[in-house]
Amino acid sequence: MKDGAPAGLLEHYDPGGFYCEVFGGSKRPVSHTRTVRERLDGMSLAQLRRRAQAAERELYNLGVTFTVYTSREQIDRILPFDVIPRILSASEWQTIERGVIQRVTALNRFIEDVYHDQKILRDGVVPAELVLENANYRPQMRDVAVPFGSYVNICGVDIVRGGDGRFYVLEDNARTPSGVSYVVENRHLTQRAFPDLLEGIGVRSVSNYGQRLIGKLGELAQGAGLNPSAVLLSPGVYNSAYFEHVFLAREMGVPLVEGRDLVVRDECVYMKTTGGLQRVNLIYRRIDDDFLDPEAFNPKSMLGVPGLMRAYRAGKVVLANAVGTGIADDKAVYAYVPRIIRYYLDEDAILPNVDTHICREAEGLEYTLAHLEEMVVKPVGESGGYGLLIGPHASRKALAEFRSKLRADPANYISQPVVQLSVCPTVTRSGIEPRHVDLRPFAVTGKSTWVLPGGLTRVALRKGSLVVNSSQGGGSKDTWVLE
Amino acid sequence: MSNLLARHAESIFWLARQVERANSLARILDVNESFSRNSRGEHDWQSVLRLYADEEVFHATDRAPTADAVIHFYTLDDRNPNSVRSCIRMARENARALRPLISTEMWVQLNGFHNRLSRLRRGDLKTESLNRLCGYIKESCQTHSGITAETLYRDESWYFHQIGRAIERADQTTRLVDVKYHVLLPKPTDVGSPTDEAQWNAVLRSAAGFHAFRRLSPQSMSPTRVVEFLVMDRRFPRSVAACVLTANDCLHELRLKYGHMQKRTASNRLRKLAASLAEGTAEELITRGLHESLDEIQAEIAEVTQALGQEYFLHSDGDLPQGTHGESPA
Repeated sequence: MKDGAPAGLLEHYDPGGFYCEVFGGSKRPVSHTRTVRERLDGMSLAQLRRRAQAAERELYNLGVTFTVYTSREQIDRILPFDVIPRILSASEWQTIERGVIQRVTALNRFIEDVYHDQKILRDGVVPAELVLENANYRPQMRDVAVPFGSYVNICGVDIVRGGDGRFYVLEDNARTPSGVSYVVENRHLTQRAFPDLLEGIGVRSVSNYGQRLIGKLGELAQGAGLNPSAVLLSPGVYNSAYFEHVFLAREMGVPLVEGRDLVVRDECVYMKTTGGLQRVNLIYRRIDDDFLDPEAFNPKSMLGVPGLMRAYRAGKVVLANAVGTGIADDKAVYAYVPRIIRYYLDEDAILPNVDTHICREAEGLEYTLAHLEEMVVKPVGESGGYGLLIGPHASRKALAEFRSKLRADPANYISQPVVQLSVCPTVTRSGIEPRHVDLRPFAVTGKSTWVLPGGLTRVALRKGSLVVNSSQGGGSKDTWVLE
Repeated sequence: MSNLLARHAESIFWLARQVERANSLARILDVNESFSRNSRGEHDWQSVLRLYADEEVFHATDRAPTADAVIHFYTLDDRNPNSVRSCIRMARENARALRPLISTEMWVQLNGFHNRLSRLRRGDLKTESLNRLCGYIKESCQTHSGITAETLYRDESWYFHQIGRAIERADQTTRLVDVKYHVLLPKPTDVGSPTDEAQWNAVLRSAAGFHAFRRLSPQSMSPTRVVEFLVMDRRFPRSVAACVLTANDCLHELRLKYGHMQKRTASNRLRKLAASLAEGTAEELITRGLHESLDEIQAEIAEVTQALGQEYFLHSDGDLPQGTHGESPA
């Protein structure tokens, strides 16, 4: 520091050996973020904090919130917003976009095949029992035609960047992925709070997501020979993602309905209006399969619409996403996605999976057992985060116990190396520090696939943490895709 | 364009009613605090309980009807479904369900209003600050009306909002006139006394009609003229007649524009009520028995609400009412 001039904001920033989204992976910072780095350097930490606080207050007042329920009350929380954007160059984005489109295309082909000819199962590329005995497999979907074979209409692909600077897919979300409202709202926030940061840098727009979505879903209605009278079906105001449902309904310009607003008569779906029953042909549903129709699935569901599956199977209504897409985003099936891509498209995966060892295969089991102390081992069943082994953090005893579990039931496990997620400069209590981030781009598929430029960047706000979930101290960042 | 979702129509109707109810409550509490003193300078807070027929409910809480207790009961008491805080909480719940429909500005204002009310504690209700609190409540309710007028798209939802607000206001004004008339005329000797006049002035002030009334009748302050002003005068925006007429006009337009001409029950009732208010005089009302006449109007308003439920909110399907709403005061 000379003559009392303040140090640049990023002068003491140290990515700590991780790949950095703003500086890159080597000593020399990547060039596409230069303007933003310079502009950030011209701001003081106090100024940045002040503007960040104002931005978060605005989110709260606007009701851009998710709802947390305690036993006594409901609390509206915002997803913490970090003001330093995550920036992707045009060529980085091109890779992601192509990779996401390829992946969604293959997943759709896979689901169509599973519910029709089951060639991939007969050819032994994916083990049949993995799919047919999966809790998310829906026999009600056998031989049901879906417009353009497009099952996963809205897909969120969770992507991470490793220490090598390459992108890897960590997980697919092919049922009812959420988070897109934050992508758009975060950009609006940046535009209001940091116009000087954004000015003159060509950043691709995200504000037309709703129009693109209704346009793509309209293609499906047209493909089914129906006029596109659409609604968004939500579990209602008590759902934690209710704000997003409101956001999407408004952006799409369609009514936001709940199950009790819809009724099925003669295999057609109607909504209850002041003018009586009016026909609905297209439903963007944000309710899981299980709760969609008490006649067909969980009979205790109060959220669903009795008879909806009958109307759906009769081709009188389009559901987005289609029913039964859960077989495509299952943890066990994930491991096979590169082979699924090869099988249907005869291509290598543009976005590779995180290196995954399938323990049901002898080779995978052997590798996993030999490297157990370096691996994350995940059970593939419905158990969520339970039963996970993080090798580097496990005791000798735990490792030994897990070894015998693995040998007893290898088909229940996959293993992956610990991924060193990339970091991004983030405003913390002790200044600008690196925090780990991931990325969830959103792909919308009607007749063809369109990917919203960017996606949701989630950031683990706790130092050193790799967990980006909002429920566990995660926040989000605006994601810029440069023109 | 398709019709409005029945549940949304009902929610916005009640949203408007709840905000208007909070508005009326604030006016009544404020005026009672400032002007309703008897000749010994004491406040009569029982009259507010009578106004809303809440005496039994209140006594069940085992509290003496002191100023503090009654004020708390009507402002911050969460157990009273007709307290200001309860009204605004329900209004905000309705607004939350209506967020895809209403403007962001409407939501932000109502949400902020609700958040501020929910932070208030009993200690904030000190006599010296009640006036400020009531002012804040009134102003917030009026802000809601203003933002709604400036930003809400004028489709069916607008009409249901207007109808709800008008109906609630008509109901509130009948109660105000009714209870005061009885409170004020227990002893014929009091009529025309200074206390009597002060009480009538208070009634007019709570409806924000004092100055307009003075301009209209600078010489006389007879109960009959006050009743005429508050019940019959179509130029006074809080009068029963003006509100019923507004509701009637809105419903008529709604039917015409949105294909509801075959629905006749609610509109016939409203039209008849409007006509009877236009034709009658205050003298007739009083001769027939003011309390009975006002009771009939209230009952008619309840019938209109029920008919709206069946014709527009699809209650006739055997469905339960879908919006969040408290009961009308008995």
